Amino acid sequence: MKTKPRVAVFDFADCEGCELEIADLEEEILELIDIVDIVSFREVMKEHSDTYDIAIVEGSIMRPMDEARLRNIRSKAKILVAMGACATMGGINKIRNQWMPDDVMTAVYGDADLEGNPLFDVFKTKAINEVVPVNYYIHGCPIDRDEFKHVITSIALGKKPEIPRYPVCVECKKNENICQFELGAFCLGPITRAGCKAICPTHNSVCEGCRGLIKKAETDCVKDLLERYKLSYEDIRRRCTMYNFGREECGVDE
Amino acid sequence: MSKDFSIHVEHVTRVEGHGNIEVDVKDGKINKLQWQVVEAPRFFEAMLRGQNYNELRPITSRICGICSIGHSLASLKATEDALGVKISEQTALLRRLAIHGENLQSHILQIGNLVAPELLGVGSVFPLIGSKHTESVLKIVKLHRLANEMSDLICGRTIHPIRLIVGGFSAIPTEKQLLALRTRLKESRGLTNEVAAVIHSVADKIPNFTRETEYIALSTDDEYALYDGVLNSTDTGKHLEYRNYQEITNEYLVPHSTAKYAKHARKSYMVGALARFNLNGSQLHPAAKEVSSMFGLKPISYNPFMNTIAQLVEFVHSVEDSIELIDTLLEQGLREEKPAKVKVQAGRGVGLIEVPRGLLIHDYTLNSKGYCTKANCIIPTNQNHANIQHDMEKLVPEIIDRPPKEIELTLEMLVRAYDPCISCSTHYLDVSFVNG
Repeated sequence: MKTKPRVAVFDFADCEGCELEIADLEEEILELIDIVDIVSFREVMKEHSDTYDIAIVEGSIMRPMDEARLRNIRSKAKILVAMGACATMGGINKIRNQWMPDDVMTAVYGDADLEGNPLFDVFKTKAINEVVPVNYYIHGCPIDRDEFKHVITSIALGKKPEIPRYPVCVECKKNENICQFELGAFCLGPITRAGCKAICPTHNSVCEGCRGLIKKAETDCVKDLLERYKLSYEDIRRRCTMYNFGREECGVDE
Repeated sequence: MSKDFSIHVEHVTRVEGHGNIEVDVKDGKINKLQWQVVEAPRFFEAMLRGQNYNELRPITSRICGICSIGHSLASLKATEDALGVKISEQTALLRRLAIHGENLQSHILQIGNLVAPELLGVGSVFPLIGSKHTESVLKIVKLHRLANEMSDLICGRTIHPIRLIVGGFSAIPTEKQLLALRTRLKESRGLTNEVAAVIHSVADKIPNFTRETEYIALSTDDEYALYDGVLNSTDTGKHLEYRNYQEITNEYLVPHSTAKYAKHARKSYMVGALARFNLNGSQLHPAAKEVSSMFGLKPISYNPFMNTIAQLVEFVHSVEDSIELIDTLLEQGLREEKPAKVKVQAGRGVGLIEVPRGLLIHDYTLNSKGYCTKANCIIPTNQNHANIQHDMEKLVPEIIDRPPKEIELTLEMLVRAYDPCISCSTHYLDVSFVNG
């Protein structure tokens, strides 16, 4: 029997919600550990090994000390998977890139003298692939558990995972939802990558773009939307800051 | 006595976020003893500046994956307080169910996956699968799934809820779905008792350590306070001015350190399940009181390790109270309600709530267009960091004759007992002391 690939899970600056989604697989975790060996996962296990094939990395990179830790992980892993919006494109953590690091430091920590303290040596938020090469992405804030299983199973079987390249609207229509624009809301579904089963519009809420934008967003379609609902590009830009601020830097769009 | 050893635990496992423990003992004297929080700062308070009042909830939900429902509710309460929004009775009942869902989820994860392995002498839940404990693991998994599916039903999603919006809900469950949930909650009672029995069978592994401290939680005459209440302290009683919460939390910077500590009547205080139990234990559901008696847990308990047992007690309370809330909702009949009307205006709002790890406060100032100009979030774990440190300072001298590995394990257990949520708390603690 072929040996099972060894998987390690690591986290950087984030809420650890995506790791929790793995724990929330409940009984299905047992199926997963049939095909992979989980050798490190600090949030739920004390055991740790530095020998692994697949590193699953969650969170954004904020400091030189994080960069060094990430490079070390990359050097040990054959395959590196960026998991969750903080890792794939910086996500929520990039909201602060609108300001200089000094400004956000003062806003939260006041006049405290933090000079020379490595824990606070903060640069602008980076996605994982702005520091090291990434092999695969699991998008979302949080990730979708089914997509997580699909990506990990595919990698374990040596196949390329299938990630949607069409907008959330496709899944939203499948769910027979009333369009959020028709309800007077401003939804990012038309330009956001699907794969979440349109979960937010399905609960009568707008898409916030947490899975990143599709590269070839149907520009005519977006123009048409703007015209029909009397919106400006500035409105779109503002709406995109929650997850997609500075996403060009990590270039994960497809 | 002469004894030299050092302990360095980098990134304590089975806790949320990154924390280190450092101990250095020379000739039996403690030269250094630190509980350090090394999580990267994330600057949420800065990021909220300039955000529309509708966006504060989804953004602050991302402070924490485990308590995203709690952050969402604190955020909504603060926003609604600033805007003078009054929510309907149905919304208040459904939000209480939401907080119970999170409490159930977080507590059973903590008890089953993070603490139980320790009591059973293994490094994680994985080695228990296939052992004689397989059945217990599956029971815990079943309870965890129920809690998550309850949160999914009320909030649209367990991690980063969707349906919770300013003024109400974007969508609500059907009566049929609530009835089904009620049935499942009732059926879970047997499982919960079995899990409690397993924990009871290894309860002798819970260290017998006490240190008097102050406990702070919300209290109300009407119920065991989670969603609503006024600030209450075991030292100083009730504080009615909720907007002056700073008089209680007193966040401050320690010299040569960047940590925001909190202190009130003493050098530190504790929040969380044990604090709530100590202050409001008499209001627990009788079934929950049975569990506390089973473990000999009585208010006031000064043993921080018993926080895990208080969480187990609260788990039972949340199941029972959820059943009663569903009964009330069904008796009244569910209505499709539009969220309460919002009149955008300038103002400051404060939201206080009890989340699994304790008292959580969001404080926003909005301008006349409804954009946030200032934000402050007081996180349960931040309020506990100083208490963890002071516990360690009392605990280590008491167990200093034991093997260093055992001391290390006991300190890790102490940190885990607090169920810290370090991603929420982005501060650095750096206190060292010499115990001559």
